[in-house]
Amino acid sequence: MLLWMGIFFILPLLVMLAVSFAGRGTYGGVEWTFSLTNYAQLFDPLYLRIYGRSLALALATTTLCLLLGYPLAYSIARAPVRWRGVWLLLVMIPFWTNFLVRTYAWMFILRTEGLMNQLLINLGVMSQPIELLYSDWAILIGLVYGYVPFMVLPLYAAMERLDSSVVEAAWDLYATSWSVFWRVLLPLTKPGVVAGCILVFIPSLGAFITPDLLGGAKSMMVGNLIQHEYLVVRDWPLGSAISFSLMALVLLGVLAYFKTDGRLDRFEGGG
Amino acid sequence: MSRGRIWLLSASLVNLLFLYLPIAVLILFSFNASRLSATWQGFTFRWYLALLEDQALLAAVHNSLLVAAVSTSLATILGVSAAVGMERLSSRRRRIVEGALLLPLVIPEVMLGVALLLFFVMVELPLSLVTVTIGHVVWNVPIVAIITRARLQKLDPRLEEAAFDLGATPWQAFRRVTLPLLTPAIIGAVLMAFTLSLDDFIVTFFTAGPGSTTLPLQVYSMVKSGVSPEINALSAILVLISMALIGLSLVLQRQRN
Repeated sequence: MLLWMGIFFILPLLVMLAVSFAGRGTYGGVEWTFSLTNYAQLFDPLYLRIYGRSLALALATTTLCLLLGYPLAYSIARAPVRWRGVWLLLVMIPFWTNFLVRTYAWMFILRTEGLMNQLLINLGVMSQPIELLYSDWAILIGLVYGYVPFMVLPLYAAMERLDSSVVEAAWDLYATSWSVFWRVLLPLTKPGVVAGCILVFIPSLGAFITPDLLGGAKSMMVGNLIQHEYLVVRDWPLGSAISFSLMALVLLGVLAYFKTDGRLDRFEGGG
Repeated sequence: MSRGRIWLLSASLVNLLFLYLPIAVLILFSFNASRLSATWQGFTFRWYLALLEDQALLAAVHNSLLVAAVSTSLATILGVSAAVGMERLSSRRRRIVEGALLLPLVIPEVMLGVALLLFFVMVELPLSLVTVTIGHVVWNVPIVAIITRARLQKLDPRLEEAAFDLGATPWQAFRRVTLPLLTPAIIGAVLMAFTLSLDDFIVTFFTAGPGSTTLPLQVYSMVKSGVSPEINALSAILVLISMALIGLSLVLQRQRN
């Protein structure tokens, strides 16, 4: 097992690290000279905009998934036991459904001749179909849609373990519903919130399919940039440098969570 | 019902509607007679029949099943032995291995894909179904290992000790006591690994070569060329398969209980 993972996981990452410091060959290969130019290129304003967009979209996706997922997970955890299985199953089915299919569903709905445009026209909101697809908004919808189950499942796992008498005690002590949520429920379910946010944040930051299908040429994310450098431009050293900077972003994001030393609200205020 | 509960329930229902409405619309329109229109033009099975004649699609399905079967078998052997082996490590070493195991699941999939692509090119291994399968095993091993370990930690160590007291060799104790107790977790892990392998797009996208198109790659190239009712029909079938797989895992779980 360790041998397998060493050869096919650790080694490829090391090769990529080495290539990220190498030069680009004339025909798109790798020239083994040491340089930092690839990393310097990362600060090109064009690339910085793409990182900024990816980060903003990933944070927005995580926040929206949390807002949508929390009440759902809580309802499931508080439902009578025999209903819980059905609710969970309803969350699991989209989770197990092919991601491409779920992204395609939004292409189908949002395209210019699609249902959303027809609906808006029939409602009299507008008279001409507008382009809803190929925008940052379409990517956001697609990402939230794709990753909500990743938020609900860990939240549910945390809430199921919650001792309901603690919440009742808070009610008995005349807490308002807001302070029950903020001072009792949220601190107790924090592990689930952290796990859910990490599970949503990481794949949204590195998303490839969603921006590729729902975003336009102007709404590239880091994932598309890496693919572009590797397969279209064939600048492998630069692609590798971008990959490593993406990994650094992910690790920073995860570390930022753990560094909030038990205070979730501070991070949410900043995000 | 209090106002809070009504609010909570309606928020949950909105969420579920958000999850299901797009899939429902997609499936509904796979039966729509018109190719272009987004309005209902009558019922047809035509798009489903067209799929059966799509040779490229059938070849992709075949490739996908092959890759999923081989990568799941390999990942199960490696993952289960990793989980069992980890129990015997000192706690400090175990923590290091645990961290290393999680890594393939925490790094963005695009990164794993390009790292593998780079590696295969460097060692001059031609891109084919073999490289795709290797790529799938890389993230399936941790999944199998984590699920198996979760179950292993809940087992009563006295059961294995009892086997030793009764004169079992380590292999006999594993084969006759530990393994049967682990079976439900392993079955769950196998189903999960198989499904993830069938569905994987990103790692496959970077590690596939000519002639090794899998189903998701085929779906992707269809989707890239625009919306069509055939894709709706194919999507409907894929949704049905995922439902069947969940049903299967539930039935298996219930039997164990």
